Amino acid sequence: MSSSEGAPESWISSFCSLMGHEFFAEVSEDFIEDDFNLTGLQSQVPMYKEALEMILDVEPEDEEDEEDEEEEDEDDEVLGEDRPVNYRRASDRRHARVASDLSVIESSAELLYGLIHQRYITSRPGIQQMLEKYEMQHFGVCPRVNCGGCKVLPVGRYDTPGQETVKLFCPGCMDIYTPPNSRFHSVDGAFFGTTFGCLFFMTFPDLGIGPRLDASFSTVPRTPTQTGNRTQPQAEAESPSPENQPLEINGVRTDSFCPGLGRGKVYDPRIYGFKVSEASRVGPRMKWLRMKPRDIYELDEVMQHEEMGSFPEPKSGSGQSRGDKDGDMDMKVGQSQEASIANRKKAPMRRRRVGDAAPDQMSVQGAEIG
Amino acid sequence: MMEDFNSETDSDYTSYWRDWFVSSRGNEYFCEIDEDYLTDRFNLTGLNTEVPYYQYALDLVTDVFDLDADDDLREQIEKSARHLYGLVHARYIVTTRGLAKMLDKYKKCDFGKCPRVLCDGHPLLPMGQADLPNSTTVKLYCPKCEDIYNPKSSRHASIDGAYFGTSFHSILFQVYPALNPEKSLRRYEPRIYGFKVHAAAALARWQDGHREDLHWRLSEFDMTHKFIEESESEDDAFEYGEEVPEANAEKVAGDAASGRMDLGN
Repeated sequence: MSSSEGAPESWISSFCSLMGHEFFAEVSEDFIEDDFNLTGLQSQVPMYKEALEMILDVEPEDEEDEEDEEEEDEDDEVLGEDRPVNYRRASDRRHARVASDLSVIESSAELLYGLIHQRYITSRPGIQQMLEKYEMQHFGVCPRVNCGGCKVLPVGRYDTPGQETVKLFCPGCMDIYTPPNSRFHSVDGAFFGTTFGCLFFMTFPDLGIGPRLDASFSTVPRTPTQTGNRTQPQAEAESPSPENQPLEINGVRTDSFCPGLGRGKVYDPRIYGFKVSEASRVGPRMKWLRMKPRDIYELDEVMQHEEMGSFPEPKSGSGQSRGDKDGDMDMKVGQSQEASIANRKKAPMRRRRVGDAAPDQMSVQGAEIG
Repeated sequence: MMEDFNSETDSDYTSYWRDWFVSSRGNEYFCEIDEDYLTDRFNLTGLNTEVPYYQYALDLVTDVFDLDADDDLREQIEKSARHLYGLVHARYIVTTRGLAKMLDKYKKCDFGKCPRVLCDGHPLLPMGQADLPNSTTVKLYCPKCEDIYNPKSSRHASIDGAYFGTSFHSILFQVYPALNPEKSLRRYEPRIYGFKVHAAAALARWQDGHREDLHWRLSEFDMTHKFIEESESEDDAFEYGEEVPEANAEKVAGDAASGRMDLGN
C-alpha cells in the first residue's frame, strides 16, 4: 500500500485502484522479483514473461539483449515445446506490439498478479498489509444479524483460478458469504486463496473480532433507548458462560472463538411470540449450524476422550448422547473442576507457544489432517 | 419520494396512493393491501392510538383524502399514512390473500437472495425482530439456513421491521409446508494449506452431535427428517461436502491446474 506511493502510476497501484479491486493488497516488487515466490506460476499463466514485465513496469525494449540471454537460459528449464514460440516472440518484440497481443498480456498480467497475490497475503509483509485493510473495514461486515457487524475477510474456496469468485469469511460465525456489491462478483476467489482466512486470524490471535456494538445498534436510528431495553436483558441472560473457562481452546482464544455463535446468537423462529416447535413439520432444523457449547471445554476432545475412559459412554462422540438445552449442565459440574485443574497445568505451555510462534508454525499446530 | 408526491398533487395521481407507495423505490418489500381489508375497521383495531392523524392517514391510504392542508400538515399526514400502511401490512401479510401475494414476491426473489454461499442464493423473506414499531429495522430470513440477515441495500435498511412482523415467515411455511426448502448439511470448512483447522473442525463435530440429537428428538415424535445430502445417494453427498476441496488441494499440489485459464469473468 505504502511502498509505491511515490511512483506516479505503477501497474500494481493502478490495478489495485481499479473498481472492484478494492480487496487487493499491493504486492511489493521485492516479493515479485524473488523467483522463489513465483515457483510453478510459469506453467499456469500464458505469456508469463510478458505478463511479469507488465506487472513490474519493465520496458521490454530497453533490456532486450539481456532478456534474450535470460530467456535462452530459462528455456532450457521450460518444456521443449515452449521454445519455438518464445523465439518467435523475441524477434517480434522489436516491432510495436499488436493491440490484441497487449490485451492478452494484460489479462495474463492480471491472472499472474492474482496468483502472486494469493501467495503474498500469506507472507509476513502481505498479511500485515491485509491487517491494515481489515482494521479499516475495507472488506465490509458480516451480513448475518447475530454477528453484529463482525468484520470479514476476502477468501476463495479454491486455490486454482477460474472456479469461483471471491467470498467473504466471517470469523464470528465461521461461514462464508457472497460480497453484497456486485462489482466483486467478477473477482476470482483464487486470488485470495483458501488458506488466507484462517491463517490471518491465527497470525493475529489478539484481534478483537467480537461484535461491534455501535454497528449492531446503529441500524436502529429512531429510538435507541427502546432497543437498548429490549435487547440488553436478553444479552445479559445469555452471555454469562460457566466460570473457569480456558484462555484458549484448540489453539484459539476462547473469547475470540466464534463470538457470533452459541446461546443467544441462534435465531429462534416464533409465531405470535411462541417458539415454533421442532415437532412441527416445518419446525427449525438448522439450529446446529449456529450452535456453540456454553462450556467451551466440550470442544476439548482430548480431555473428553480421557474422561470417556473413566466414564464409559456409548460410543457417541463429544456430548452426543446428551440432551440439547439442559444437557450442557449435567456433565459440567464434575467436568469443569477437573478441567480447570488440567488446564492450569497445560495453560502456561500453550500460551508460550502462541506468543512467539511464527504464522506458519502456528498453522501447523492448529491444523489437523482432514 | 416525498417531493415527487407533493409536486404532483393532481387527482389522478393521488387516487392511487397504494399503487404509488408499493411501486416507489425502497418499498419493494411491500405488497399491495386490498381495499376491502383496509376498509374493514376490525382489521385496524388499536392502530388509531399508534398513528397520529389516524383518520386523515387512513383517508389518504384509501384514496378518499380531500383536505386542503398546507405542506407541513400534508407531510405529517403523508408520514402517518406510510406508518399506518406498514402496520396494516404486518397484519395483512398473514392473511390468506396476503400470504399468497408475498409468496409470489418470494418466488420472484423480490426480497433478495441469501448471502450465505452454501445456501446457493436461496430467496429470502422479510421479517422483523419485534412486532412493536420503532424497535428494529427489517431483516431477511433465509428458510434454507434458518438464519436472519441484514438487507444489503441501505434503502431497505431503514424500513421498520414491525411492518412485516416476527411471525410472517413461519406462518407462510406452516400454510405452505411443501415450499419449505430441503435443508443442507453442507458447511464451510476452513482450511490452511489443505488441512482442516482444528478449532473449526472440533466445533463442527460438536454441532454434528447436536444434529444427531435433533434426529433422536424427532424420532420420538415419529418424525424423520432428511437433509439433502442424506436423501441422495452416498456418492452425491460426498461430492458436495468432502471431496471438492480435497480434490482441489491435490490439484494445486500436483500443479495440474495449468489447464484452467479463464479468469471467471
